[in-house]
Amino acid sequence: MRNTFIKTLVQLAELDKRIFVITPDLGFSVLEEFEQKFPDRFLNVGIAEANAVSIAAGLALSGKIVYVYSIMPFVTMRPFEQIRVDVAYMNTNVRLIGVGAGITYGPAGATHHSIEDLAIMRALPNMAVFAPSDPYEVEKITEESVHHQGPMYFRLAKKGEPIISNPTHTLCLGKANIIKENPQNKITLLFTSNASDIALEVEEQLSQHGFASDLISMHTLKPFDYDTLEVLLKSKDFIFTIEEHSLIGGLGSVVSEYIAESHYRPIFKRFGLPDEYSHYVGSQYFIREKLGFTSRNITDTIMSLV
Amino acid sequence: MNLNTIANSIRRSIVKMNARSKASHSGTALSTVDILTVLYFKTLNIDPKNPLHVNRDKFILSKGHGSSALYATLAERGFFDKSLLEGFYLDGGILPGHLDKEAVPGVEVSSGSLGHGLSLGLGMAIANKVDGRDSKVYVMCGDGELNEGSMWEAIMFAPCQQLKNLTLIIDYNKLQGYGRTNEVINLEPLSDKFTAFNWDVFEINGHDYTEIESALTQTTQKPKVIIAHTIKGKGVSYMENQFVWHYKSPNEEQLQQALSELI
Ligand SMILES: Cc1ncc(C[n+]2csc(CCOP(=O)(O)OP(=O)(O)O)c2C)c(N)n1
Repeated sequence: MRNTFIKTLVQLAELDKRIFVITPDLGFSVLEEFEQKFPDRFLNVGIAEANAVSIAAGLALSGKIVYVYSIMPFVTMRPFEQIRVDVAYMNTNVRLIGVGAGITYGPAGATHHSIEDLAIMRALPNMAVFAPSDPYEVEKITEESVHHQGPMYFRLAKKGEPIISNPTHTLCLGKANIIKENPQNKITLLFTSNASDIALEVEEQLSQHGFASDLISMHTLKPFDYDTLEVLLKSKDFIFTIEEHSLIGGLGSVVSEYIAESHYRPIFKRFGLPDEYSHYVGSQYFIREKLGFTSRNITDTIMSLV
Repeated sequence: MNLNTIANSIRRSIVKMNARSKASHSGTALSTVDILTVLYFKTLNIDPKNPLHVNRDKFILSKGHGSSALYATLAERGFFDKSLLEGFYLDGGILPGHLDKEAVPGVEVSSGSLGHGLSLGLGMAIANKVDGRDSKVYVMCGDGELNEGSMWEAIMFAPCQQLKNLTLIIDYNKLQGYGRTNEVINLEPLSDKFTAFNWDVFEINGHDYTEIESALTQTTQKPKVIIAHTIKGKGVSYMENQFVWHYKSPNEEQLQQALSELI
């Protein structure tokens, strides 16, 4: 995802001189091409995230479109109040690009995991929250980001994710990306960001049990596609959300808040990470197992409900 | 045992850990080893058998991505069994890539997000003072880490508290995450900056045991900063002062070469 992001941004920057990249000392083997092609529009401000965000806002207030690139906690939580005032409140064209969604950084440890970012970024007025499931979504929304007015947050995984989108579909911010849907299906799996592999496995496992389900990538947490959710609620009996994020405040929260205030009463369950910091050491897949966030567990739970 | 022998043994552990797990930050870890060796084998008042003793000195590795160096040093000093190093950064191990204070005894704080350690150390030093303990607090940061504004908040504050029990050690290895330290943000004149901020400043060769020990043991009336000139990757010829060893991990052949140099 990060490679698709930067490749797309380099292409866009050839055409649009407003595009600027700021890094607080991150991006080795990712940002070099941008730096070499556009040295006047690239700044390494040092390991100083608060400064980075406010400089970005100052540039944006001067007409630039500024992408701040870092590891997820360092571009969201470290400079949070700078984001709140200089980016969200002043509604500036800053794009916060975080890499390492959820527990992508596995063995690096909890300082590098990001299980709270969707909750806190979603709480900020004006902030668009984009949590792509595959490189195609990254490409399309990066293109759109040049025209979008106001701040955006990108929750990228890392690298090597497969494309699952249908490339004939048009994609835009705030609109669900339907990977697979059939009006006959009674089960819908809504997922976001780097939980796409788990969602696909669950869909496959359910089909082995004889249950067909929809697969829908909710790549934008804000503005959320409530229209699609409303359509689904009208026709589906079972709605499940899957995300590699704390159960507090992410996709599951968005959907449950809506359902709770509606008159629909589907069987609904959220799947995600528990409300705890991982002290497990190991890869993303190892930690998922330890935290019980696996396709097998999710399928078993769903089978007990359908 | 002489310090050089101990340091070499720690360095051997580090390269083995990073080779086995394919973890980054070998260079980061190696530049700190000589200082850690003096701290843990000469200076610090600590007891591996009683790691939480209230009167102990405390060491904080603020540049938490150099964790392999601290884990290896603690194991060398007997805080836990060296076999635990083998699971560093691997599935089912107990030592993560950035420091987790719950992982093993001797790790005073969790770290890995840069720019927290000095403030944590300030809190501990103030507690020592208020509670009438003469224990000391030592914090080690990276040179790039000095980019963080939070570092300078703490640097301004410490002298106002007359903290004689606080020492900051800067691992001045001249490299950081996306370039050379003084090309990203020029820190110089670094020693003058600390003097102006009212610290007692010692500038040393961070690989010379005599200089390290003497700087650590001198008493001061103000907070003390030791600007330790070091070499990133110190001890392994092909890693020394090479930026890529912030990220790369040694393959089998490189590991063997490193081990042959560390005797
Ligand atoms: C707050 C924060 N921002 C960014 C990072 C990512 N990062 C890890 S190491 C590093 C460079 C550190 O350079 P330095 O302090 O000089 O340490 P060295 O590895 O050179 O010893 C960066 C930017 C981080 N860990 N924490």
